[in-house]
Amino acid sequence: MSNTKYILGHFEDPDDMMHGIDKLQENNIGIYDVFTPMPIHGIESKLGYKRSRLPIAAFCFGLTGTITAFSLLYFCLVYDWPMNIGGKPAFAMPDFVPIMFELTVLFGSYGMCFTFFFKNHLFPGRAPRVMDLRATDDRFVIAIDAHKNPYPEKIDNLLKEAGAVEIKHNERKYVSYE
Amino acid sequence: MSSHHESILREPLVTGENMTYARVTNEVLVPVEKKPNKAWWIGFTIASLGALLWVGAVGYTFWTGIGAWGLNKTVGWAWDITGFVWWVGIGHAGTLISAVLLLFRQNWRNSINRSAEAMTIFAVICAATYVVSHMGRPWLAYWPLPLPNQFGSLWVNFNSPLVWDVFAISTYFSVSLVFWYTGLLPDIASIRDRATGLRRKIYSTLSFGWNGSVKTWQRFEAVSLILAGVSTPLVLSVHTIVSMDFATSLEPGWHTTIFPPYFVAGAIFSGFAMVQTLLLVVRKVMGFENYITMFHIESMNKIITLTGSIVGVAYLTELFIAWYSGAEYEQYAFLNRVSGPYWWAYWSMMTCNVISPQLFWFKRIRTSIPASWVLSIVVNIGMWFERFVIIVTSLHRDFLPSSWVMFYPSVVDVCVFIGSIGLFFTLFLLFLRVLPAIAMAEVKLLLKSSSDQAKQKLIREGKVKPEQAEFYLESLEKYDSVAEVEAVN
Repeated sequence: MSNTKYILGHFEDPDDMMHGIDKLQENNIGIYDVFTPMPIHGIESKLGYKRSRLPIAAFCFGLTGTITAFSLLYFCLVYDWPMNIGGKPAFAMPDFVPIMFELTVLFGSYGMCFTFFFKNHLFPGRAPRVMDLRATDDRFVIAIDAHKNPYPEKIDNLLKEAGAVEIKHNERKYVSYE
Repeated sequence: MSSHHESILREPLVTGENMTYARVTNEVLVPVEKKPNKAWWIGFTIASLGALLWVGAVGYTFWTGIGAWGLNKTVGWAWDITGFVWWVGIGHAGTLISAVLLLFRQNWRNSINRSAEAMTIFAVICAATYVVSHMGRPWLAYWPLPLPNQFGSLWVNFNSPLVWDVFAISTYFSVSLVFWYTGLLPDIASIRDRATGLRRKIYSTLSFGWNGSVKTWQRFEAVSLILAGVSTPLVLSVHTIVSMDFATSLEPGWHTTIFPPYFVAGAIFSGFAMVQTLLLVVRKVMGFENYITMFHIESMNKIITLTGSIVGVAYLTELFIAWYSGAEYEQYAFLNRVSGPYWWAYWSMMTCNVISPQLFWFKRIRTSIPASWVLSIVVNIGMWFERFVIIVTSLHRDFLPSSWVMFYPSVVDVCVFIGSIGLFFTLFLLFLRVLPAIAMAEVKLLLKSSSDQAKQKLIREGKVKPEQAEFYLESLEKYDSVAEVEAVN
C-alpha cells in the first residue's frame, strides 16, 4: 500500500466530480490536481486557484506593440527622412493609427500566448505529464497525493460515495512516460 | 458548475441519443484515426490536380512576368486583386465565428469554429499567394517592409494603405494561426492519448505536452477570451484597410467613404457562404449530423441574409450617392457599371448577392440542405463578381476616352484562380485528415446543457412546463438528425 504514489478518482460526470471535490475538502483531504477533457467552470475558486493574470500580461505586451509601432513610424517618417508630400506635415498622426493598432494586437496576442506556453511548460516536444490517459477523452480525474494523505480506504470510500466509477492506486506519477 | 441551466425553449445544439463524452471523441476522431473513404480520395485527387495547376500557372507567371496576364496599360490591376480580396473576405467568417460569437456567448459556434478557423488560415494563404504573384518580381517581396536599404535608407511610405495592408494581413494571419493552434492543443492531446507508436510521438510533439490540469484550462480560457477580444477589432480593421486600398485613391467608383463598412459586411457575407459550402459537405461525408445540426445551418443562413441585405443597401447607396454627388465622372462610373460593356458582371453581382439571399426568408428554403448549399455557392460567385465589377469597371474607362479599353483574362489568369481554389481544398482536405474538424472539448461542454438528450430528459422527468415542452418538440421538426422524437414521447 505504501508504494501508492497517487490515488486517482475517475468520474463520468463533471457534476459528480465537483461533488467529490466537496466531499474530499470537507474531510480535509488535499487535492493534488484535477484533469478534465474540458474546462470546468467554477472549479478554480473551489480549489483556491487565483485569477489568472494573463490579461494584465496581454495589456503590457499590447502597449509595447503600440509604442514600438509609434517609435518606428516616428523615426522613419518624421526624424530620419521626412518626406514632403504635397506640403502636408510629416508627422501625420492619423496615418499612424492603423499600423499602431495592428502591432498592438500582434504583440499582445503573441506575448500573451507565449507567456501562457512558458508558464504552463507547453512547447513542442515536451513529454506529456499525463496521470491518466482517459482524462483527455471522457473521464474527469481527481488526483490525490497518497503520501500526504495516508488513509487510502477513507479516500476510496469518499470518492465512491461521490459517484466515482473507477479508483486507481498508481505507483507511478505519470503514466505517459514509456 | 459544468452545466448551466438553459431554457427549454432554446433549440438543441447537439442531437442524438446516448451521447456520451466518449462518443463525441470517437465520432469526431473517425476521419483522423481511420483510413479515408472514397469520397475523400476523389476530392483530394481533384483538389491536388488544381493545386498542381496553380503551381504551373504561377510558375509560368514568375518565368515570363506579369505580361502573362490579361492586364494592359489602362487596366493594370484586375483578376489578381479580385482574387486577393475574394480570398481575404472568405477568411473573415472564421474569425467572426471564433471570436465575435465567443464574445456574444453564442454556443452554436462551438461545433463549427474549428473548421471555420482552418478555412480562414487557408483562405489567407491563398490571398497571400496572390500578393506575391502579382508583384511579378517575387524576389523583391521584402520591399514593402521597413528595412534599412541602399537608397539612403529611404523608408516605405507608412501613409499608404498598401503598407498598412502588409501589416494588417500579416498580423491577421499570425493571430488567426495562434488562436487556431492554441484551441487545437486539448484536442491534439486527445488524439495523442489514444494513439500508439509513431502517431503518438507526432501528436505528442504537436500537443506541446498538454495535460488538461485545472491551471492549464484556466489560463487557456483567459487566453481564448482575450484573443477573441483582440481578434474582433482586428478582423474589422483588416477589411477596412483592404477597402482603403481602393477608397483612398481618387478613382471614380472607388473614392467613397462607404467602402469600409460595405467591404466588411461583404466579407462576412462571403465567408459565411464558404463555411456553409464546406460544412454541408463535411457534415454529410464525415457523418457529423449530430454536431452540425439544422439549427447551425439555419443560423448561418440568417447571417447570410442579414449581411447580404447590408451589401444590397450599400450597392443602392453607392448608386444614389453617385447621382446625388453631381460629379460627372462619378456618375459615369456607375452608369458604366450598370449599362456599360460589363453590364452582365454587374447584374450577376446584383442577382447573386442581393436577390438570391432573400430567398432565405422562406423557412422551407432556409432549412433545406440542397437549397442552402446551392445558394451558398451562388453567393460566392456573386461576391467574386462584386470585386471584379468594382475593380475592372472603374479602371477600364478612365478620364481619357482615348485610352478606354476592355479587360479580358488570359488563360494564365484563369488557371491561377482555379488553381488557388485547388490549393485551398487540398489544404482543407489534409486538415480534415490529420486534425479534428470539430472542437471536441467545446462540444463536450454543451452535452449536459444544450443537447437534445439533456432536454428530452428534463421533459421526461416533468421538470418543464408542458406547453414549453411542446414548443420545444415542435422546433425539432426541422432537424434532419432527429428522427424518433415522437416515438420517445
